[in-house]
Amino acid sequence: MKALLVCEYRDGKLLDSSYELLAFAERLGADSAMVLIGDAANAPRYGGKVYLAHVAIYGEYNPDLHKQLILAAVARENPDYIIFQHSSYGWDLAPRVAAKLRLAQVSEVVGIDGDGFEVGCCNAKMRRTVRPATARAVITIQTGAFTPQSEPHGSPAVEMLDVAGSGSVEFIGYEPAEEKDIDLGKAEVIVSAGRGIGKKENVPVIAALARAFGGELGASRPVVDAGWVEHSHQVGTTGQTVSPKLYVACGISGAIQHLAGMKKSDFIVAINKDKDAPIGEVADVLVVADVMPFAQALTARLQK
Amino acid sequence: MKLLVCIKQVPDMESRFKVNDGGDWFADADLAYRMNEYDEYAVEQAVRLKEQLGDTADVTVLCIGPDRVVEAIKKALAMGCDRGVHVPDAAVHLKDPWQVASAIAAFAQGKGFDLIFTGMQSQDRGSAQVGVTVAELLGYSCASTVVGFDYGAGAVTARRELEGGVKAVVRMPLPALATCQLGLNEPRYPTLPNIMKAKKKEIVTVPMGELLKEEPVATTTRFYPPAKKGGGVVLEGDVGDLADRLLGILKEKTTVLR
Ligand SMILES: Cc1cc2nc3c(=O)[nH]c(=O)nc-3n(C[C@H](O)[C@H](O)[C@H](O)COP(=O)(O)OP(=O)(O)OC[C@H]3O[C@@H](n4cnc5c(N)ncnc54)[C@H](O)[C@@H]3O)c2cc1C
Repeated sequence: MKALLVCEYRDGKLLDSSYELLAFAERLGADSAMVLIGDAANAPRYGGKVYLAHVAIYGEYNPDLHKQLILAAVARENPDYIIFQHSSYGWDLAPRVAAKLRLAQVSEVVGIDGDGFEVGCCNAKMRRTVRPATARAVITIQTGAFTPQSEPHGSPAVEMLDVAGSGSVEFIGYEPAEEKDIDLGKAEVIVSAGRGIGKKENVPVIAALARAFGGELGASRPVVDAGWVEHSHQVGTTGQTVSPKLYVACGISGAIQHLAGMKKSDFIVAINKDKDAPIGEVADVLVVADVMPFAQALTARLQK
Repeated sequence: MKLLVCIKQVPDMESRFKVNDGGDWFADADLAYRMNEYDEYAVEQAVRLKEQLGDTADVTVLCIGPDRVVEAIKKALAMGCDRGVHVPDAAVHLKDPWQVASAIAAFAQGKGFDLIFTGMQSQDRGSAQVGVTVAELLGYSCASTVVGFDYGAGAVTARRELEGGVKAVVRMPLPALATCQLGLNEPRYPTLPNIMKAKKKEIVTVPMGELLKEEPVATTTRFYPPAKKGGGVVLEGDVGDLADRLLGILKEKTTVLR
C-alpha cells in the first residue's frame, strides 16, 4: 500500500503538521512519499522520496497549479491514498484532486475502523465510519488526531515537479491576525463564554466569574462573530491555543475547532445543559445546569 | 447577473441524535430542522450582492432533500432570494458528497450562473467537499472558507480564513464559486412583510433523477456516538448544591483556589 502525503508550507516555512500525515501513513501501514510545494532548504526531515515544486514559481496558494502538481506526483507515484491535513489548505485542494481523479474523498479522519475511516459528524456529537468505494482514495485527517511517535529525521531523495500554466485564483497576500490586547496564554484560569450564554447582555456575568477566579475571559467563535466579545479572546483553531491550570467552558458545545484550542488545559470544567454535549469528552467535570444561574451562584461563593 | 445559492437543511445540533434502523445515519423522528448555519452566510452574501447590483441580479436558491426542506428554501426566499428550486430526495442522506455535487453541477450546467455561493460545510456531515467539487465540475474558479467578500470590476476579491486568525486575500474572475465561513456577514432575520412576499415567489421542483447520473464513490457503513473516554465527573442537581460540589472538587484537584 502506498500513500502520497501532501505537505503544507506557509509564510516561508514547512508546517509541522506535515509530520502528522506521516504518523497517519504509519497507522495505515502504508509506504509513503511526500509532495511539497516549497523549497529545498525547508524540505521535511524524512528519509523517503519528496516530490518538490518551487514555491517561488508556483506560490504558496495557487489551487489550480497546486492541483496540477499533485496530479503530476500522483501519476508518477501511483499511490493508493492521497493524504492531506483537514486544514484551510487541505480542504481546499483535496476535493479538486478527488474530482479530477474521480476518487472518493473521506474528510477529517480521526481513526481507522476496519476497512473504513472514522470521522466526526453532527458538530462532533456523533461518529461515522466511511468506506471508499473506489480502489484509491483521497483522505484529509483531523489536525492533532495522529501524532508522530518519534522525532522526524532523515533527508529525503528529492524529485522535482514541473507543470505549465497559470491558474485562475490570484493570491494577493496574507493579512496577519489581529493584534491581541490580552494574552490568554499567560492566564492561569480562563472562563469562556459560548453561544449557550444566550445573549450579549450575559457576557458580564461570565466575565465576573472569570475575575472571581482571578482569570481571564475567553470565548467561542460564534460569540466573537456576533460581536459579543473581541476576537482577541477567541479560543480555538482560528483563535488562540491555551493551556491554563483551569479552563471553564460556559455554554460551549465542544466542536473540534474549539477543543483544539483548549484541550491541553490542566483541568477542564464544562457547564452545559446538554449532558451529551461533546465538551464532556474532554471535561474533568461536566456540570449539567443552566449556565447563567449556575455562573452567578459560583461567582457569589468565590467572592465570599 | 445570475447567482445561485446552494443550501442544506440540518437538524438543530443541540438535538439528541439516535441511530436509525439502518445504523448508518440519525433517526429522523423528533428532530427540529433548520438551515445549515454556514449556508445562512451564503444566502446573506448573495442577497447583499443583489442589493449592490440592483435589479439586474437574480438569485436562485437550491436545496436537495425531503419535503421538509421547502421550509429552508422559504426562509432563503424571505431573506431575499428571488426563486427557489427544490430537488426532492427522501434519501439524500445516503448520497455521498460526490453525488450531491454532481447533481448540483448538472443543475447549474448551461444556465450561466456567474456566481455560486455555498456553505463551507454542513453542520451534520461536515465533509467540506460539495462546494469545491461543484466548482471543479463546472470549471469555475473557487475560493473556500471565505470570511470577506467583495465584488467589483468583474472580479471577486475574497478573504480566505487560515489557521490562527491569519487571512489570505485572493482575487478570482467570474464565473466563480465561494464557500462561506462563519462570520462572513450577519445573516438577516426575515421580516414579516418579506415572509409574506416570499409566499408569492416561485419554487420549482426538479426531479433528482434528471440531475443525478453518478454512483456513490463512498458509503457510510456505521453511525454511532463517540466512545466515552471516561474519567470525567458528571454533576447534576440544584444550582447552589452544584456550585458547592464543584468548588470542593476544584479545591482538591487544582491549585487555583489556594
Ligand atoms: C474552519 C473553522 C474554524 C473554526 N474555528 C473556531 C475557533 O477558533 N473557535 C471556536 O470556538 N469555534 C471555531 N469554529 C466553530 C466551531 O465549529 C463551532 O461552531 C463553535 O465552536 C460552536 O460554538 P459554541 O460551542 O459556543 O456554540 P454551539 O455549538 O451552538 O453550542 C452551544 C452550547 O451551549 C449549550 N447551551 C445552550 N443553552 C444553554 C444554557 N441555558 N445553559 C447551559 N448550556 C446551554 C448547548 O447545549 C450547546 O452545547 C470553527 C469552525 C470552522 C469550520
